[in-house]
Parts: sequence; C-alpha cells; structure tokens
Amino acid sequence: MSSHDTPVVAKSQAQFEYDRHHNAVHMRKQVINFAIMIFLTFIAFAVVAAGFSKYFIAPLVLLLACVQVVLQLYAFMHLEDKKTHFGGVIAFFMWMGILIAFTFFLAFLTIIWW
Amino acid sequence: MSSYTQKKGFGAAVWDYITTVDHKKLAVMYLLAGTLFFAIAGFEALLMRIQLMKPNNDFVSAGFFNELLTMHGTTMLFLAATPLLFAFMNMLVPLQIGARDVAFPFLNSLGFWLFFLGAVFLHLSFFMGGAPDAGWTSYASLSLYSPGHGIDFYVLGLQISGAGTLISGLNFIVTIITMRAPGMTFMRMPLFTWTTLVASALILFAFPPLTIGLLMMLVDRMFGGNFFDHTMGGNTVIWEHLFWIFGHPEVYILVLPAFGLFSEIIPAFSRKRLFGYSSMVFATILIGFLGFMVWAHHMFTTGLGPTANAIFAVATMAIAVPTGMKVFNWILTIWGGSIKVTTPMLYALGFIPSFVAGGVTGVMQASAPLDYQLHDSYFIVAHFHYVIVGGIVTALFGSAHFYWPIFFNRMLNEALGKLTFWVFFIGFHLTFFVQHFLGLMGMPRRVFTYMEGQGWDQFNYISTIGALMMGVGVILMVINCLMSIKGKPAGRDPWGDGRTLEWSIPQPIPFYNFRQTPLVRGLDPWWIEKQEGNKEATFAEPIGDIHMPNNSAIPFVISLGLFIAAFGALYNTDADKPWSIYVLIIGLAITFGAMIVRSVKDDHGFHLHKEDILEIEEQLYGKGGNK
Repeated sequence: MSSHDTPVVAKSQAQFEYDRHHNAVHMRKQVINFAIMIFLTFIAFAVVAAGFSKYFIAPLVLLLACVQVVLQLYAFMHLEDKKTHFGGVIAFFMWMGILIAFTFFLAFLTIIWW
Repeated sequence: MSSYTQKKGFGAAVWDYITTVDHKKLAVMYLLAGTLFFAIAGFEALLMRIQLMKPNNDFVSAGFFNELLTMHGTTMLFLAATPLLFAFMNMLVPLQIGARDVAFPFLNSLGFWLFFLGAVFLHLSFFMGGAPDAGWTSYASLSLYSPGHGIDFYVLGLQISGAGTLISGLNFIVTIITMRAPGMTFMRMPLFTWTTLVASALILFAFPPLTIGLLMMLVDRMFGGNFFDHTMGGNTVIWEHLFWIFGHPEVYILVLPAFGLFSEIIPAFSRKRLFGYSSMVFATILIGFLGFMVWAHHMFTTGLGPTANAIFAVATMAIAVPTGMKVFNWILTIWGGSIKVTTPMLYALGFIPSFVAGGVTGVMQASAPLDYQLHDSYFIVAHFHYVIVGGIVTALFGSAHFYWPIFFNRMLNEALGKLTFWVFFIGFHLTFFVQHFLGLMGMPRRVFTYMEGQGWDQFNYISTIGALMMGVGVILMVINCLMSIKGKPAGRDPWGDGRTLEWSIPQPIPFYNFRQTPLVRGLDPWWIEKQEGNKEATFAEPIGDIHMPNNSAIPFVISLGLFIAAFGALYNTDADKPWSIYVLIIGLAITFGAMIVRSVKDDHGFHLHKEDILEIEEQLYGKGGNK
C-alpha cells in the first residue's frame, strides 16, 4: 500500500457507541454555551432598558463583551480542541497578542488621550 | 538525471537565484544584500565622523548631514542588521531542526524580494531629490514639515521592506513549530532556533504598529490627513508611541538572534554543553515579553507624567534580570571548559564585556530623572552603539567566521580573522567609549557641527580615528571573505566541535539538506552521535522519495510591481507629474496579476526519486566529488 492511499476501516460497535456518546456530550456543551451567550446578551439589553446609571452600564456591558469573546473563542472557534495540532501554541500566541494589544490600548487611553 | 548537478552558464545561474525558493540560496542572497547595505551605512557613518572630526568643520552641509544620519540609522537597523540575521536564520534554522526547507518556501522568496526592492527604493532617494532627513525615528513634528520627497521615500520604502520582514517572521514561526524532525522537542531545540522563534514572534506583534504608523504618516503627507497635526486636532505624540511600540521590540528582534548565535559559539569552543539551557530559554521568552512593555522609556522627556514614567522605568530595569541570567550562563559555560580561542570565540569573549557595558548604561537611562539629563546627548549614542555594535555586529562577524563552512564549504582565514577582530574591536571602543563623556559634557546628538573651546574637540578627534579603524576592520573582513573563494573545501564539521544538526550534514550541503530525516536523541544531537563514535546522524526513515518545491519567478514579479507602484504613489502629490497615477496603476496591476496567477495555477512541487538522490550523492561525495 502506498502512503498516498486512504485506508478504509469499518467502525466496530464499541467505536460507534463511543463516538455517539462523545458527539452527544459535545452537542450538549455547544447548546449550553449558546444558551449562556444568549442570556449574557439579554442581560446587556436589560440593563440598558432598565435605565441604570451609565457609569454602571458601560463597564458591565464591556465586561460582558469580554466574556462573550472568550466564550466565542473556546466554544465555537475550537480554541479548546485538544486534537488540533499545536493547539496550545496557537492559544498561547492568541492570548499573548490580546495581552500586548490590551497594554497598548490601556496606555493610549491613559497617557495620550487624557 | 545529472541535470541536478550540472554546471550552469552565467545567465542561467542568475535566473536560478532570482527564482529560487531554496532557503540556503536565499540565505546567501540575504548575506550579500545585507553586506551591501551594511557597507553603505558604514560609509555614511564615516562621512559623519569626518565632519565631526574638528569643530566648525564644513566637510558636509547641515542638510546633507541630516540625510546621512537618517539613512545611517534606518539602513543599519532595517536593511543591514535585519537581513544579515535573516541570512543566518534562513541558513541555520531548517538545518538545526532537521527540516528540508522552511514551511513556506514561496513566501521566503517573497520576503527577500520585498525587503530588497524596498531597500533599493529607499536608497534611490539619494539620486532623486534628497534622502529622508528626520532621523531614523522620523518624529512627525519634523517629518510632516520636511520638504521634498525624502520622507515619502522613507514611508513607502519601509512599508514594502517591512512587509517582507513580517512575511519572513511568520514563516520562521510556522517552520520552527511544525517542521521539527522526530525527537526534536521544544526543549531540545538549539538556542539559536529558540531565539529565532521568539524574535519572529516579536516581528509578528511589533511590525503591524509600524505599518499602521507609516500608513497614517502616508495619509498625512500625501492626502492632507491630520493624524499627527496638532493644529487640526491630531496628536504628534501618537507617532512616537506607534514608532516605539515597534521600535523597542525591534532592538530585541535584532539582539535575541545575536544572543542565540553566541549561545552556539560559546559551547562549541568551550567544548561543554550550554550552562543553564532551560533558564536561557526562559530568559529569552521573558526578554521578548518585557520588550513590549517598555517602549515609553524612549519618551520620558515627552511629558507622559510621573506615574507613566515610573511604571516604564521599573519595567525597563526588570529587563536587566533575564539579560543578566544570560550573561552569567555564558560565563559559566566557559568556566571549566576546554577553551579554544578561535576567531568566533574571540568575538564571543569580546562581546560579553562590551554588551554588559551597553546594558549597564541602558539601566542608567531607565531611571527617568537621570534620563532628563542624558536624553538626546551623545551618551545615548554611546549606549546604543555599545549594544548594537558590541552585541549584534560582533555576533554577525563571529558567526560569519563560525558558519562560513556551512554557507560556502570554505573556511575563513583564522590569522586574518584575529587581526580583523583586534582592529575592529579596538576601533569600536575608541569610537564609542569617549562618546559617553561627550554626552555627559553636554554634546547633543544629531548636530552637524559644534563650536571649539567646549572641551569636546579632543574626544571627537579620538572618536573619528576609532571609526576609521572600524572601517579598516570591515575592509579586512571583506578581503577575508573574498580570499575564501580560492580556499580548499572545508568538509563536514570542519571545526571538529560542532554540536547541533547542521554540522552533521556532509559538505557541500545537497539542496534537499537531509537525505533521510534525522532522529534527535537529545540536546546537541551531533555531539551525542560523535560521543558514540557514529560517523553520521541517526536517521528516522529509510531512503525514499523527497517532496521538494518548484522554483518560481512570481515573488520577484509581485515585489517588482510594488516597487514600480511606489514611484507612482511618491510622485502623485506633484501637480506637474500627471503620469504618476498611471505608474501607480501599472505597478499594482503587475502585483495583483502575479498574485492571481499564483492563486489560480496549482503548483504541487516535484518528487525527487531514490535513484536521483543516490546519483546526486555520488556526484557530490563520490570520487572527485566534495568540491
């Protein structure tokens, strides 16, 4: 068999059941994450509609936005996927980039646009 | 198939180099181009030093002096040190990790041609109405009001060559993470590969701010934008921040690979494994991270306020800790080793005290109150030349001697090399040591002349003599390189002390690097094999077909299109040059056309079969081989 051929192997019953269970767990996670994200979006709208002080609303909405970004990255953009090659390296680079960009943002906010 | 080893005619050889995607040939091209720009920038430095040799000198005019100092700094940082280090990265990284090429050979070629044509564009400014003259930092408060096209050359040239650097950096990251041979874990990678990885990550994060800054500058100068114009609601300090957010990591992009090169030379000639390998890796990563957190220390006197100054002062001083770890590790590697003082080792021994001197003056400047005294004086000039010449140029010269056999299968002359070292090293200290005192006496940097009777005359005279000695040193180095053409083949591991995989390959290195992918059994794999009496690396696979990339002229065409388009953009602001818009359109059409061709046409490379490999190896290493 040359290395370029694709081997075809039938799934055993145990493998089939394992996969089915695995997929079900994965699906449950996806739905839960989706529900959490909808809920967070609802909170954001709700605090605006309820007419709280804007010094409360602005930080809260920004905080919720950050949580949403992280959830999005891990739940739907596969950052948590252990099977991805070099997933750890990719996650490390992403977080490092976010951290560095945040530092620049903070510096611009505090010492340029004062 | 003898076509792989046939001698080529001159035209065919030139075409081969223009279209090549081989990391070894690109490394040679980086080496040649980097040396060319190093020589140009060095010549500019000599002109400046001759002008400053005596008070009230009129060797060059004030305006030309500004152009010289701008181009000296810009060229040395972007177009000499960076490509010379890229030469070593390109040559050594795939060989050190046991790969047959970089991850994206096409992008490697594109990176080179973007850098080279951007650099040529920048240098054409000398012949086309004046070079940029606002310093290598090109602060917006100066550059927005600089007449002529000098700053436009700076903006467009750096934009093009910066894209090349970014592409190459990305390529090295992917190569090092994904192309390591079996057994080459992260903590078994040679330190030069580690520093290349960290420096490439710095490139990835540091060059985008520069790109944005240059784009804003371009919009301000060519389309009447007001990002940096305070009279129109802009802020000139934003450019300074963007430049130094890039500019400070840039010096670590340069010095980290230099550290890596010395971390290869010192263990080799101490005949001892690197002391504290894991702490070296940790220190490299920490320096890379902290390098992003300290940019505002270039701007203490801008008026950031005491809180910001204090934060950045402390962060800056923190960098001395991992750097100190590295220095102690080098010293402890030498300690108790069986030391051989070859030319590369001589450069390493000269590097340690010189770099420490540069680092210590850096910590002095990190203290913000003192920086108010030192800012924009010759003390700063002395400091960063101690770091850059003492740290990076010594690394480049030392590793040129060390790795010449890897590049060209020839050795450089040791006696001439040692003479070069002493001439260059003494000249270096003569030039820059006295500049510390000039700075403390109050001589400002970037001035084209000074009045006599301020106590500066003697030190400036000494400094110029030193600069001339450095010039002689560089000429001796070039003579040594040219002499090596007539030298004898060096063969495998000619120093006898090679530790890493690049020394395990028979010379001349075949274009596919490794006939079989090596198996890495620990840190310093070639040293392990030699300890066990093996004549070759241990292989991870039997001889089989090798998949190699095809040559391509497309990278050159893409870069050439941008080179042409840059002229159109440059002259587009002149009312009397209506043709410029067509030049811009034609240039961009060439670039995008070439990119479309690349996207549409599939190029799967080719397979080198087992019989071809055996025939090539017979021609290279069989009877009458090993040329």
